[in-house]
Amino acid sequence: MSSDSREAKATRIRHLLRTEGDAVQRNTQTFNQGRYDAVAELEAYEEYRDQARSIKERAIEILPELVDEVTAAVEENGGTVYLADDAADANRYIQEVVADAEAETVVKSKSMTTEELEVNHALEADGVDVWETDLGEFVLQLADEAPSHIVAPAIHKSREGIAELFREQFDPDERLETAEDLTMFAREFLGERIREADVGMTGANFVTADSGSIALVTSEGNARKTVTATDTQIAVAGVEKIVPSVEDLHPFVELIGKSGTGQDITSYVSLLTPPVDAPSLDRDPDTPLAPETANDREFHLVLVDNGRTEMREDDQLRETLYCIRCSACANSCANFQSVGGHAFGGETYSGGIATGWEAGVHGYDSAAEFNDLCTGCTRCVNACPVKIDIPWINNVVRDRLNRGADEGRFEFVYDELVPDEEPGGIDLQKRLFGNYETLAKLGSATAPVSNWVGELAPVRSLLERVVGIDERRSLPEFQRETLRGWYRARGPRVSAADADREVVLYPDAYTNYVDADRGKAAVRVLEALNVHVRIPSVGESGRAPLSQGMIDTADEQASQVYGALAEHIDAGRDVVVIEPSDLAMFQREYEKLLPERSFERLRDGSYEILEYVYGCLENGADPTTLRAPERPIAYHAHCQQRTLGLERYTTAVFGELGCDVIESDVECCGMAGSFGYKSQYYELSMDVGDRLRDQFTSPTAQDRLVVASGTSCEEQLGALLERDAAHPVEVLDPGRRS
Amino acid sequence: MESDVIGTFESALQEVDVRLERTTAADARGVLTDLLEPPAVGVPLPFDGVSLPEAVETEPTPDELEAATTGITAVEFAVADYGSVAIRSSPVGEEPISLYADVHVAVVAASDVLPDMKATFERLGDDARNGADTVLATGPSATADMGALVTGAHGPKAVHAVVIEDR
Repeated sequence: MSSDSREAKATRIRHLLRTEGDAVQRNTQTFNQGRYDAVAELEAYEEYRDQARSIKERAIEILPELVDEVTAAVEENGGTVYLADDAADANRYIQEVVADAEAETVVKSKSMTTEELEVNHALEADGVDVWETDLGEFVLQLADEAPSHIVAPAIHKSREGIAELFREQFDPDERLETAEDLTMFAREFLGERIREADVGMTGANFVTADSGSIALVTSEGNARKTVTATDTQIAVAGVEKIVPSVEDLHPFVELIGKSGTGQDITSYVSLLTPPVDAPSLDRDPDTPLAPETANDREFHLVLVDNGRTEMREDDQLRETLYCIRCSACANSCANFQSVGGHAFGGETYSGGIATGWEAGVHGYDSAAEFNDLCTGCTRCVNACPVKIDIPWINNVVRDRLNRGADEGRFEFVYDELVPDEEPGGIDLQKRLFGNYETLAKLGSATAPVSNWVGELAPVRSLLERVVGIDERRSLPEFQRETLRGWYRARGPRVSAADADREVVLYPDAYTNYVDADRGKAAVRVLEALNVHVRIPSVGESGRAPLSQGMIDTADEQASQVYGALAEHIDAGRDVVVIEPSDLAMFQREYEKLLPERSFERLRDGSYEILEYVYGCLENGADPTTLRAPERPIAYHAHCQQRTLGLERYTTAVFGELGCDVIESDVECCGMAGSFGYKSQYYELSMDVGDRLRDQFTSPTAQDRLVVASGTSCEEQLGALLERDAAHPVEVLDPGRRS
Repeated sequence: MESDVIGTFESALQEVDVRLERTTAADARGVLTDLLEPPAVGVPLPFDGVSLPEAVETEPTPDELEAATTGITAVEFAVADYGSVAIRSSPVGEEPISLYADVHVAVVAASDVLPDMKATFERLGDDARNGADTVLATGPSATADMGALVTGAHGPKAVHAVVIEDR
């Protein structure tokens, strides 16, 4: 990305933060909190997720059979099925159906798949009036804007904005002010359109192959009216929406509303086996409804491929097809909460999973527009009702985009600094951050000169211009003495023979080269618990390159790390990790990078440092050997640590030492590794950080000691607050000079 | 057992602002008369010994449907733990009558109150495979698209549930 395009991106994000940020933040956070509350009350939540996942896996596996089965079922019911190769094909068929019905007006209920097709444009070109009856979609149709959220499309609009829009468009007699006024006005206006309409078009949340039914999950009742009030129904669905049987819908109905907007269930879940059996309403308004007119209804199911067959054959993108479009990945995403789908979205879809959808249906250019906004924080992973590894899909697409990029001009100078496994042409900024370990090694070896040079104004300005490291960020200060160097000279204080346990302390690049102090604190804490510590030479976990979409490099590093640790694990030593993002590599992403058995051994043998301290205390170690915190604590756990459920050990240890702890509940601090250093994303990063700042400057938190588990969280908190953050292990360090 | 299920149904309905009336076949007509606000439309009830109040128009025109304040229909069954009623769409018009009127009065036999969604989908499987159309409706229609939660978006603004305990 050039300096100009970084600036353009920053400008666009700044604009959205200002114009849409407040409304988007309010709504997504309400949905997200609603999700937490709703799933907490669903006892079988994890069971339903497993069921939903396996139903989708199987459905996609046998998809061609299901298409045949559903076609036969719909035809037997008296409907028609059309399997459309692409958007143009689908639109052509829909246009024919509408022309055959001699329809002047088509009413639609909400359907993202029809947005993907842009069917409204196709029909309007034929002179047909098309009306969106979902109130959010209706607002956007009037405003000529794109959805900013896949479930609540007008989430970026305020009530005042909608009132203004209605005033401009309709010049109503009465002043429309409240949400109720606006809703009733729209209801009446759209009620007339529904009455006039000859064709009703819906989407389908699910299609059941055994019965030829469609399931619609809605709240307003507009889908019900769209179907009931028109004699010709067209349902448009991606082929991936088919599940084998009606009974398979059960886990999805339990999950979809709770996962999305936090509703236990939406007002209406329609399970229709069309043509529907209701009497026609499309007759003389003064003649009573007649049962026999139910037979006059027509039904067309348009199943859309549009890239989905290729996605199904793609081992990495296939999971995208399990998506039920609930929006949990959008609502749980810190970046999405700030900018919404107008920044975090492509041509049609938005939010974390949109990268997979856009790459699959519209192509990589559309995915490239927003793929970088996924920081890999993994907060969507536990929120997804079908257990899709959404960050991994983002990494894969990023990797493919890197490979498709043009050859860069700086290649020859850069290759020395960035000895990765990647092809030429990858973005300079990504390569720099992806090769963090090499930089850190060099920076440390030449410290403090490297730090002086790094902070020189012309150098910072060059770094911003060429690589896009924001000048407003302070750079990590490299230390001449590495953690490993210190430990080699110092040696262990608890011998292996006397120790209760033996630990390999993983020297992550940041702890080793930049913040050796927290590594030293970890050594002293472990020794206080009578643990023998080793710090072998082990390379970077691959987190840095993976976050830049450099999967081959991450893969190579994973192999090296595993090679360096395997013997220790075999010797019964526990691997202890200070940096949560590296531990998360061992516990999550290595599943994709290592053979299964290797992954499982390292996963089962590695621990987050406070998790390990907790385990020692549970097994009888003496807590009084640790330093008890002198002040109440405000604790911010690391996003990836929370996804693994490991933050509770930190609070438990502090609690055991009699300390009062409050925890932040933001999804991410906004720094997310390298993300907040990038000049195009600096302001977004700080906007996300504002939510954490608000929590830690509240009256109950402002005087507390700030503690954070992640490196980049510490950096971000340092920038947000007037006090520095410490790692939990530094707080507990018996050798700390206070 | 049954009374437990109805109790669960009642509290789930409260969560979505729906009041439940318990009655018997003999008293149902009176209960419906009290709930009814004219103009009312409805579908004849399938329960032995239960008939609609006379004020209810059972063969409405599309215009009468749109103008109706109250719509009375039986529902196929109810789902206790979600407070949902299953509206069957058949040629006699339960779907439009429950949808267009401002208030939907849903009448259900106590023996048709199912405990949960698992039982619901076990029952819906064969229904759907036999061509039935069913809407699981939970509370009134609602939208938050205009900046705050509003009930009565396109469908009913309020819902009442009537359980006939001896049916």
